[in-house]
Amino acid sequence: MHPAKSVIFFTTASGAGYGVLILFILMDIAGLIPAGWHVTLISLGVALGLISAGLLSSTAHLGHPERAWRAMSQWRTSWLSREGLFALITFLPVLIYGAGRLVYPDMTTPWQPVVAALSVALALITVYCTAMIYASLRPIPAWSNGWTPVCYLILSLSSGAVLLNALSFFLGFASVFLILVSVVLLLAGLIVKIMYWQSIALASPRSTAESATGLGDMGKVKLFEAPHQGDNYLMTEMGFRIARKHAARLKRLVILWGFVFPIIAILLTRYSDGAITIGLLTISVLTAAIGLIAERYLFFAEAKHSVTLYYGESAV
Amino acid sequence: MTALPAQTQKKLGLVIDLDICVGCHACAVNCKEWNTGGHSAPLPDNDPYGADASGVWFNRIHSFEVVPEDGGDSRMVHFPKSCLHCEDAPCVTVCPTGASYKREEDGIVLVNPDTCIGCKLCSWACPYGAREYDDDAGIMKKCTLCVDRIYNETLPADMRVPACVSTCPAGARSFGDFGDPDSDVSKLSAARGGYALMPEQNCKPVNRYLPPRPRKTVAEEAMGGAGLTPVADSSAGVMARWLDKILSL
Repeated sequence: MHPAKSVIFFTTASGAGYGVLILFILMDIAGLIPAGWHVTLISLGVALGLISAGLLSSTAHLGHPERAWRAMSQWRTSWLSREGLFALITFLPVLIYGAGRLVYPDMTTPWQPVVAALSVALALITVYCTAMIYASLRPIPAWSNGWTPVCYLILSLSSGAVLLNALSFFLGFASVFLILVSVVLLLAGLIVKIMYWQSIALASPRSTAESATGLGDMGKVKLFEAPHQGDNYLMTEMGFRIARKHAARLKRLVILWGFVFPIIAILLTRYSDGAITIGLLTISVLTAAIGLIAERYLFFAEAKHSVTLYYGESAV
Repeated sequence: MTALPAQTQKKLGLVIDLDICVGCHACAVNCKEWNTGGHSAPLPDNDPYGADASGVWFNRIHSFEVVPEDGGDSRMVHFPKSCLHCEDAPCVTVCPTGASYKREEDGIVLVNPDTCIGCKLCSWACPYGAREYDDDAGIMKKCTLCVDRIYNETLPADMRVPACVSTCPAGARSFGDFGDPDSDVSKLSAARGGYALMPEQNCKPVNRYLPPRPRKTVAEEAMGGAGLTPVADSSAGVMARWLDKILSL
């Protein structure tokens, strides 16, 4: 599948934004976040900024961005529609929660925990909907399996944790607990990602050139002549092949940059202070970001679509 | 709405006879010609006379070589492919705006060009590659089963079939209602073992493909009369044998 830059940015940035949001609010409910208004504004600002930037960029690949509002209407059948709708609805309790936190920083009113819990639930549902857009596409077996939503949810939380951990040092709520949460989530991300790769590598093909043409009874089906000499939309959009060639190298890059480097950097902050800590936190965020973008690029580019069976692919 | 109709009154679709198709691409050309002036007009052509021509086509002909596992003779099969107007069309249900829809009256799957946002998700959801993105208009387009021909009373009755069907010089394409078991297409498909493409994708396509008939092997044909007339053996005529002798002097 062609990895559209806007969609890669959207899924990684808003995923991380929701991760920050979810973890911040959960820790706030647990009483682990200090009261200060700047804590509220900066943390929720980073989260909502990433979410909004991601959502806006997702409209960049549309043929008609000005009609994007219509995408809320078909939530009965379409995961894309559900995703848009939940993304929008989530803003409401989050903004109420944020405003509430500015006025009552210690969460002293009875409605604050309710709004906070609602925000967390809606954010999780939104990330799940994003994953289900891909997981519901049967022609792409690498996506339509149970690992896709698991990976999206865990990576959203792990990337959010790396960011929130970095913020915590500047906003005065750094803790061993948050470091541990980040490391555990990163390890969980690494494990589910490796299991995802294993499962798609071992899965038997869903469709073949034989089932695509129905000619399997006669023998092995090979494309002899394509419909035309040039490319077409189907081939460029669904038949992207560059990343598959480099898949092994990209996987190493994801494992090291996305998980191993941030884990090491975050753990080392236990033994550093001052400028070195700032450097380590910067490294944790940058390496995690590079690894995550590589992970998402590979997720798109590595996935084979059944239409390629009509253009020379033998099994998908 | 992108919810699929529980039942359509008709199931209009095509039968494509792979035994007859000669791979001439006339159906694709006439499809392009009709549709670039019809419901989905225009169908873009990028760099049409250049080295890297590309464009929107609703119908394309792939040619496959089928190699028997037992090492017998290969077969060439020309394979036209257009939208299969699935009963469980995933391209419809994934559409976030409702631009994609399946008609309750005849089962044709269409795109409303005024509400399509060009997100391309329907093209990802279709296992068959029936959806074509129009870069110029920023919307998705697709085979309409020539909805602007088949009900068009300004056309002579025999032209009220999809452009690909009316133009096929070999008669490899038929159009009709698969919802009616007594229709010509239903009977033809039943008689010839018509099949659906990729049933494992759970889309319940309406279009049916008829398999190529078994054929004699090259060796069998050489043995059984279809081979070339042998020269100068006893089965050749008197004149031929006499000429052969004279010319061999």
